[in-house]
Amino acid sequence: MANVSIRKVVKAYEGDVQAVKGIDLEIVDHEFVVLVGPSGCGKSTTLRMIAGLEEITAGEIWIGGDVVNDVPPRDRDIAMVFQNYALYPHMSVFDNMAFGLKLRKFPKEEIKRRVDEAAKMLDIQMLLDRKPKALSGGQRQRVAMGRAVVRNPKVFLFDEPLSNLDAKLRVQMRTEIKKLHQLVPTTTVYVTHDQIEAMTLADRVVVMNHGVIEQVGAPQELYHNPATRFVAGFIGSPAMNFLPCQLVDDGGLKVQLADGTKMAVPPQRVDRYGPFKGKKMTLGIRPEHMTETHDSEKPGVQRMNAKVDVVEPMGMETLVHHFVDGVAVCSRIDPNVHTGPGEILPLAVDMNNMHLIEDASNRVV
Amino acid sequence: MSGASATAGNMPRPKAKVGSMERQQRIALWVSYIMLSIFVVIFLIPPFYMIITSLKTSVEISAQAGNPWIVKDPTLANYWELLTNAAFRRYFINSVWVTMLTVTISMTIAILAAFSLSRMGFKGSQVLSTGVFLTYLVPPSLLFIPLFQIMGWLGLINSTWALVVLFPTLAVPFCTWIMIGYFSSIPRELDEAALIDGASYPQILLRIFIPVALPGIIAATIFAFTVSWGAFLYPLAYLYSADQATLTVGIVRELIKGDVFAWGLIMAACAMAAAPPIIIYTFLMDYYIAGLTAGATKG
Amino acid sequence: MADGSTMVVGAPSAASTRPTGSMKMLARRRSMAALALCAPLILLIVCLKVYPTFYAVYLAMLDRRMNNFVGLDNFAFMLSRPSFQLVIFQSVFFAVTAVILKAFFGFVLAHLMHNIRGRNERVWRGLLLVPWVIPLALSTLTWWWLFDPSYSAFNWTLNALGIEDIAFLGSTWSARFSVIAVNVWYGAPFFMIMYLAALKSVPDQLYEAAAIDGANAWQKLVFITLPMMRNIILITVLYSLIVTFADFDIVRILTNGGPQDSTHLFATYAFTVGIQSGNIPRGAAVSLFMFPILATLAFFVLRDVMKRNKELS
Repeated sequence: MANVSIRKVVKAYEGDVQAVKGIDLEIVDHEFVVLVGPSGCGKSTTLRMIAGLEEITAGEIWIGGDVVNDVPPRDRDIAMVFQNYALYPHMSVFDNMAFGLKLRKFPKEEIKRRVDEAAKMLDIQMLLDRKPKALSGGQRQRVAMGRAVVRNPKVFLFDEPLSNLDAKLRVQMRTEIKKLHQLVPTTTVYVTHDQIEAMTLADRVVVMNHGVIEQVGAPQELYHNPATRFVAGFIGSPAMNFLPCQLVDDGGLKVQLADGTKMAVPPQRVDRYGPFKGKKMTLGIRPEHMTETHDSEKPGVQRMNAKVDVVEPMGMETLVHHFVDGVAVCSRIDPNVHTGPGEILPLAVDMNNMHLIEDASNRVV
Repeated sequence: MSGASATAGNMPRPKAKVGSMERQQRIALWVSYIMLSIFVVIFLIPPFYMIITSLKTSVEISAQAGNPWIVKDPTLANYWELLTNAAFRRYFINSVWVTMLTVTISMTIAILAAFSLSRMGFKGSQVLSTGVFLTYLVPPSLLFIPLFQIMGWLGLINSTWALVVLFPTLAVPFCTWIMIGYFSSIPRELDEAALIDGASYPQILLRIFIPVALPGIIAATIFAFTVSWGAFLYPLAYLYSADQATLTVGIVRELIKGDVFAWGLIMAACAMAAAPPIIIYTFLMDYYIAGLTAGATKG
Repeated sequence: MADGSTMVVGAPSAASTRPTGSMKMLARRRSMAALALCAPLILLIVCLKVYPTFYAVYLAMLDRRMNNFVGLDNFAFMLSRPSFQLVIFQSVFFAVTAVILKAFFGFVLAHLMHNIRGRNERVWRGLLLVPWVIPLALSTLTWWWLFDPSYSAFNWTLNALGIEDIAFLGSTWSARFSVIAVNVWYGAPFFMIMYLAALKSVPDQLYEAAAIDGANAWQKLVFITLPMMRNIILITVLYSLIVTFADFDIVRILTNGGPQDSTHLFATYAFTVGIQSGNIPRGAAVSLFMFPILATLAFFVLRDVMKRNKELS
C-alpha cells in the first residue's frame, strides 16, 4: 500500500491535443479518491497514466515513493478493474483471479489460499469453476474486483466499473465497493462520470473538466462550497439553477434577477459580496433550496413567485419546472403541495445556501 | 412442427385474417422446402454419381446396359485395389505431409503477423495489412510461369518441397485477414488487464489471444487445409514424376491412362480423396462459415 | 483491515523487485518486435508474390530462347493471333456469365435458407455446401465422366426421355456452357453462404417497420434487403470475378481448351503455351494480360478494404 503523487502531469496526443493539462494531485495511503467529470475531461487518461497504459508526456507520477514514469504496468504493482470487466473469457473464475499470481510464479498453495480468501470476501466461492460467460453482470464485476484483490497491490484503479450495470445493481455494487475498501483499505483511484457514485464512495472527490482539476475536496465540501461554476453545476442532482443577476443596494444588499425580483442577501454574507456590486453575476441556487412556502420562515429566506411549467412527482418529493425571464429553473417541493401547469406557486428561496458566481472568471465568490 | 401443421386445418380459426396469414407462411415454407430439395438433388448429382461409379466393376461400366445411375453388383473392389496400390498410397502420403506442413507454416506466419498488425503496430503496418490483402488479387495462374523459373533455380522442380514453399502463398493472405479480424474483435481491455496482471507480449499472445480467438484459428486452419489439399495448378506444373504427385494431380494425370478409362477406379480415388475435407467440414463447418462471413458482414 | 492484512503476510510482491526498463525504449523495442513478427509474412509476399510479378513482366519481354530482349513483341504477337483473341473473349464471357449466375443462384438459395431458418438449417446448409467442399479438380473429373461422349449418364437420361444426345464437350457453345455450368455448380454455395450471413444481419425490426408502413414482399426486397446487402453483394461479386477470371482447374480437366481452343481461358492457355510447349516468355505474356482486368477489379476492392481498415482503427 502506498501513496500516489501526480506532479504537473501532461498528456498530449498528436496534433497538440492536450487531454490532461498539467495536473497536481496528492493521494495519501489508504485514501479512496474519485476522479469525476464529463466524458473527455481527462479523468480516464489520468487513471491510465497511473496504470502505465498511457505514456506520460510531461510531469511525474510517483507510487509509493518511486517515480514510475518509465515503469511498465506489470512492474508498478497496481491492479485495475475495467468498465467491461475484461475477464479472460476462456478461463474459469478461479483462473481469472489466479492469472496474475501464476505469471508472477507464486507457489500453487499460496495462489489457492489467496483466491479462496478473496472469493470468500466477495461472496463468489460457488462461482470459481464457472466461465465468465455464465455469470451475471454483477458477478462479473465481483470477479474483476477479486482479480484485483488477490494481487494485493499497492494501488487499486477502477475505470468506471459500474457503468455497464443496471441502475439497481449499480447501487448495490457501489455499497460492495465501499465495504471492500473498508475491509482492504488499499489506496484507490476510482474514475466515474456519475457524481452520485463519486459523492457516495469518495474520501475525496477530484472534479475534472477539460483536462484540468476544477476542485478537490470531501464530498460535503464540494456540495456546500463549490469553487467554480462547473463544480457547482456538476455536483448535485437535479443540477443547481443558474440565474443571471445583479447586486443592488436598495436598503440593504439585494440580488436582483432579470425579471426584477429582488431578494435580500443574508447579513453574514454582505461583506463578502459587497465588492461585486454592479457587476454581471450569476446566482446559483440548488432546487432543494427553492421550496414551497411556510407560515414561519427562518431568517434569510426570501420569496418569489413561479409560474409552473411542468410538474414531475418523484414520490418522496416533487420537481417543479418554471422559468425566470426565459431561464429554466427547477425547484424541489413537498409532494403534498398541489400545483399544476400554469398555476402561480409562491416559492421560498433559502438565501443562506446561495452561491454567487462572477461571470468574468466563472468562480464562486 | 409437423403436428401443428396437420391439426391446423381442423381447428376452428379465431379470426379469418390470422388463419390466412398462417396459411401463407406455411405455403411459403413448403415452397422453400421443395425448391431447396430440387437444388440439393442437382448439387449432389456429381458426388452421387461419383460414389455409384466407384462401386461398379469395369465390366459393368463398359457393358452400357441399362440405367447408369444405379449399381447392379456393388463392389468395394475399386477401393481395395487403391488401398493396395503403392502409387495411390504415395499420392495420399504426399498430400498429407504437404498439407500438414502448409497448414503449420501458414498459421504460424498468419498468427504472428495478425497479432503484430492488430495490436502492436509499427510504421507502415497499415500499408502492410492492405498489401497483404491485395496479394490475394494476384492469383496463382498469373504467377505460375515466373515461379516455374524460380523453382528451377532453387532446384525444387519435381519436388513436393516446391509445394511446401508455394502453398503458403495461397493460404497466408486470407488466413492473416481472418486472424486480424478475430484479434481486432478482442477488447483492448483484455490485453491491458493482462499487461497489468504481469503478462509479457508473448504471454498475451499464447495465453490470451490464441485461446480466445480459437474459432478464428480453426476457420483459418480449415482454409489453409482446403487450399493445400485441393490445389491443382502448382503440382501439375511443377511435379512431373508419379512418385512426387499429390492426390489431385495423381488421380487426374496418372490414373487416366490413354484410352483405358478405369472409371470405377478413378471415381473411387476421387471419393477417397474428397473424404478428408468432407469429414472436416461436417464437424467444423460452423467455424469456417463464421470466419468467412465475419469480416464481410461487418463492413 | 484484518482480512486484508492476512493476505499480505509473508508474500512481498514479486513485482517490485523486477528490473524496470524505460517506457520509451520499451515502445521502440515493441515496434521492432512488431516488425519482426511480420517479417515472415513480408518475406513471403516479397519473394513469392511481388518479385515473381515483376519477373513475369521481364520474362514476357524475352524471345523464345530467353536470350534476347524483344520488348512488347510477345504481347503484340499474341494480340494479333485470332486464337488468342478468342481466349480474351472466352475469359470475359466465362467470368461474367458464371459470376452473374452464381450470384443469382446464391441469392435465391440464401433466401430459401432464410425462409426455413432454424429448421434443420445446418443439415440443409451442409448438403448445399458439398460442391464447394470437394476439391475442384476431383469434382470436375466427375463432371467429365458425366459428360463423357459415349458413356454420358446425362445423355442416357435424355434418351430415356426421348431426347437426342447432346455433345456436351464436343461443340463450341455447348462446351462453353458446360464449363460455365460446372463453375456455377462449384461457386454458388459460396455466394449462398455470404448472402445468408448478410440476410441474417438485417435487423428484423426493419422488416416489421416496413410491414407496418405497408410494404409488400417485393417492396421489402427492393427497399430493404437489397440496399442492406449492397456492400456484401459488391464484395462477393468482385472477389468471385477475380477468382473466376483466373480459373484453371475446370477448363484444364474438362476440355483442355477444346474444341478448337474455343474454351481456353488465360490460365489454361498460358499453361499450354508456357509449360507444355515450353515457350516461357509467351506463356508469361498470356497470363499478364489478366493483369489490367484484375487491377481494375483490385482498385474497387482496395477502396472497400481501405474503408474497412478505417472502421477497424
